[in-house]
Amino acid sequence: MSAPYAKLPAWADYGLIPLINLTVAFIVAGLVVLLVGENPLRAAVILVDGALGRGQAIAYTLYYATSFIFTGLAVAVAFHCSLFNIGGEGQAYVGGLGVALACLAFDRVFPWWLTFPIAIAGAAVFGAAWALIPAYLQARRGSHIVITTIMFNFIAASLMVYLLVNVLKPPTLQAPSTRTFLEGGQLPKLNFMIEAMGLSVRSSPFNVSFLLALLAAFLVWVLIWRTRLGYEIRTRGHSPKAARYAGIGEARIIIVTMLISGALAGMMALNPVMGDQNRLQIDFVTGAGFVGIAVALMGRSHPAGIVPAAILFGMLYQGGAELAFEMPGISRDMIVIIQGLVILFAGALEHMFRPSLQTLFATVRPASVGAKAERAGGV
Amino acid sequence: MAHAAIELKGIDKSFGSVHANRNISLTIPAGTIHGIIGENGAGKSTLMSILYGFYQADRGEIFVKGERAAILSSSDAIARGIGMVHQHFMLVHNFTVLENVILGAEGEPLLKTSIAKARSELNRLERDYGLEVDPDAIIEDLPVGLQQRVEILKALYRGAEILILDEPTGVLTPAEADHLFRILLQLKEEGKTIVLITHKLREIMAVTDNVSVMRQGALVATRKTAETTVEELAELMVGRRVLLRVEKSPVSAGDVLLSVRNLTVRDSRGVTMVDDVSFDVRAGEIVGIAGVAGNGQTELLETITGIREAASGSVFLAGRPVAVTGGADPADLRERGMAHVPEDRHHMGLVLPFEENENAILGYHRQKKYLKGPFLDIDAIRQDAREKIEKYDIRPADCRLKTANFSGGNQQKIVLSREMEQDPDVLIVGQPTRGVDVGAIEFIHRRLVEMRDKGKAVLLVSVELDEIRSLSDRILVMFSGRIVGERGPDATEGELGLLMAGVEGKEAAA
Repeated sequence: MSAPYAKLPAWADYGLIPLINLTVAFIVAGLVVLLVGENPLRAAVILVDGALGRGQAIAYTLYYATSFIFTGLAVAVAFHCSLFNIGGEGQAYVGGLGVALACLAFDRVFPWWLTFPIAIAGAAVFGAAWALIPAYLQARRGSHIVITTIMFNFIAASLMVYLLVNVLKPPTLQAPSTRTFLEGGQLPKLNFMIEAMGLSVRSSPFNVSFLLALLAAFLVWVLIWRTRLGYEIRTRGHSPKAARYAGIGEARIIIVTMLISGALAGMMALNPVMGDQNRLQIDFVTGAGFVGIAVALMGRSHPAGIVPAAILFGMLYQGGAELAFEMPGISRDMIVIIQGLVILFAGALEHMFRPSLQTLFATVRPASVGAKAERAGGV
Repeated sequence: MAHAAIELKGIDKSFGSVHANRNISLTIPAGTIHGIIGENGAGKSTLMSILYGFYQADRGEIFVKGERAAILSSSDAIARGIGMVHQHFMLVHNFTVLENVILGAEGEPLLKTSIAKARSELNRLERDYGLEVDPDAIIEDLPVGLQQRVEILKALYRGAEILILDEPTGVLTPAEADHLFRILLQLKEEGKTIVLITHKLREIMAVTDNVSVMRQGALVATRKTAETTVEELAELMVGRRVLLRVEKSPVSAGDVLLSVRNLTVRDSRGVTMVDDVSFDVRAGEIVGIAGVAGNGQTELLETITGIREAASGSVFLAGRPVAVTGGADPADLRERGMAHVPEDRHHMGLVLPFEENENAILGYHRQKKYLKGPFLDIDAIRQDAREKIEKYDIRPADCRLKTANFSGGNQQKIVLSREMEQDPDVLIVGQPTRGVDVGAIEFIHRRLVEMRDKGKAVLLVSVELDEIRSLSDRILVMFSGRIVGERGPDATEGELGLLMAGVEGKEAAA
C-alpha cells in the first residue's frame, strides 16, 4: 500500500520547513527577550547587524561557520549510515592534538603551506582514531554508539587536560597550553576576500581553513552520492538487511564510516588551533561538536544544506556575542538560550510542522505532491 | 431501496504526472461484499486510501450512507463507520489482543475500566461473528490468520459498518483463507458492508456479490459476480487475454548445481528452524519448496545465500563448498553464479528510499561495469537500469524515481531483472509473486521457466500452492524445519496440503 502521507515537493522540504522552524525559534526567542524586559525587535536587529553588518562581523561569522561545517559534515556522514555520532566534540578536541603536534614539529622548518597538509593529516588521523574505539565497540560488540561517543567526549576532555598540563605545556607558561606556533604553523587569514568586496576588516580569525571546509563539503557529496563506498554507506543506513543481502560487511562499513566521520570532526581543530589561536589550549572546541548535530539535522545531512546551516549558526554565535555586549539585560547565558531554541526547533523538532504541512499540501495543491516530487534528494 | 453504503462520484487523483484515479464513480450497496480487483498500480489502494482519509481526492465526492462526507483523516472515516484491515497489520507485537483492540480508543486515562468494558464488548463481537481469539494472548504468539482476526475485531470495536480489507489473504494458508471467507459471509449476514481488495480472482468468485475491475486508474467494469467468469475478469484487468497456466516443456535436468546436505539452522534464541535438510537442484529444473509460512523456508533460503549462518551441514555450489557454517559472503556467492530474489523485497531485496537505478545494482555494485575506480559510473548505471526497465516492462519507466513509489509488481520486477540479467547458474527465489498482480505474475512465471529452459538451476520457495504446482518439476514440502516429502508436479492440492500441515495433521485449520 502507498504511504499514508503525501510527500512534499523538494522546495518545501528543503526550503520552507527550515524557514518555518527558524521563524518559530525566533518568535519563541523573542518572547524570552520580552520576558527579561528588552525589545525583541531591537535585539533581532542587533543580532543580525552584529553578524553581518560590517566586514569585521562577517569575517567572524564565517570563522565560526568554518568549524560548524566540519562538525556538521562529520555528523552527516555518520547519519547516512544511520549512526548517531555524538562524539564530534571529543574527536575535534583530540584532532587538535594532531594539529598541534604537526605544527610544533614543523613550524620552524616549513612554510605554512607545507605544514598545512601535515596538520590536516594529523587532525584527521587523531580524530578518526578517537572515533575508532566506539566504532569498533558498535561493530563487534553492539555497544550503542550514542553512549560510547558521549563517554569518549569526557575521556577526551580529561586526556587533553592531562596532556596539556603535564606534557605539552612549556615550563615557562602559566596557562595550560602549548607554546605559540611560529609562522610556519599559522594559517593565513582570508580577510582580503571580504575587503575585496569593499568592506573593511580590522583583524579577524577568518582563515584558509574555511576554503578547506568548502572543499570537504564537496568531497563529502562526492563520497556519499558518487562513490561505491558512499553507496554502501547509504545502503547500510537505510536498511541493514539489504546491506547484508548485498554482501556489505556490517562491521567494516560501520568502522569505515565512523573513521571518516571522526576525521572530519578532527579537522575542525585546524580552524581554531592553526588558524586563530596558534597554540593548543584547553576547551578550544567550545561546543562546535554539538552544534554540528544541529547543523547536520537542519542541513538534512546534505552538504548543500550543511554549509548554509553552518553559516546560520555562525551568525548566531557572532551576532549573539554582539547582542550580549550591546544589551545589558541580555547576558551571555541568554544567547545560549536563543541558540538552544534554534537547535531545538531546527534540529530536534525538525519534523514538528511536517505532518500539518503535508496535509496542507495534499489539500491545496494535490497535483504537486507525490511521485515526481519524490525523487531521492541526493542529486 | 435504502441508501448505498458508499457512493463515489467522479473521484480523481493525481500524484505528479501519475494519474492514479481517473474519474471513478462507484456504488457499493449496503450489506454486500464488493470486490475490487486490478493489477498493482491500477489505483485500488489509492482509491481506498481516499475513502479512508489518507489522501484527499483532487475532484469528486464521497457519500457514506447517502450523506455527503468530507473524509480528511482516518478518524473521520472511523467516525463514519468505515474500518480498514491493512495488508500489513498495524498491531503492537508485544501487546495482548485486548490491548491492541483498545489501542487508540482507550476512552479514559485509567486502563482498568476500559479494558473491562472492551472485554465484554469483545466477547459479544466474538459470539456474533464467530471471531474467536483469546483476548489475553500476546500478538506475536498468534499465527497470522488470528492476527488478521484481531485487525477485524479492532475495526468492529470502533463501530465499523463498512469494512475495507486490503489483500487480506496474502499471508494466509488456504485453510485460513477459507475461514476468513466464512467470517466475511457471517459479517454480511449481520448487515455489514465489505469491500475486498484483491488480485486473486478465485477469492472474488468465492465470496463477492459484485466486483469492480480497475485498470490504469480507471474503473473499467462492474459486474455481478454470478454473471461473470474468471477469464473475463482477468482479461478486463490486464486489457488482453491472460494465460493462467504456465506453458512448460518437459524437464531435462542436467548436473547437480546446488546441493544441500544435512543443513541445520538455529535462530538467535537457539530454536532449530531448519532441521537436517538435504536436497539437490539440477541444471534445467525448478525445485519448489512448499509449506505454510514460518516452517523454516526463510531460514533455509537465507542460509543457502550466505545471509544467515548454519549450525551444521554443508552446501555445494556447482560442486564447490559454500562456507555456510561461518563466513559465507553473499558477494562471493554472487560472483560464483548464485542469484537471489529474497522473500522480503521491502527490506532485503530493495532499499526503498533509493532511486530505481541505485537498486538495479544492489549486490552487484562491485562490478567493473558500474564503476570508474572508486566512483560510481552514474551514466553506465542509469543506462543499464533503463535497459532493464525496457526489457522487463517496469512502470513507470523512470530510472530516477524513488523505488518506494513503484507498485509491488514493479518492485518485484526490479529485483528480478537485477538478478536474472546477471545470467546466474543457480537462481534462488523466495515468494516471487507475493503482493504481485495477475499480469506481472504471468510475466514472472514465464521468466522463471525461461531460466529453467536455459539450463539454470532454480530453487523456488512459495506459500502459494498453485505457483509451486504449476512451476516446479519436483516439489519438496517443508514442515517444522524438515523436508517431510517429495512429490512430482502432478501431486494434488489435497495431498500437498496434508504434508504441509504435518503428516499427523495437527496443524489443521488454524
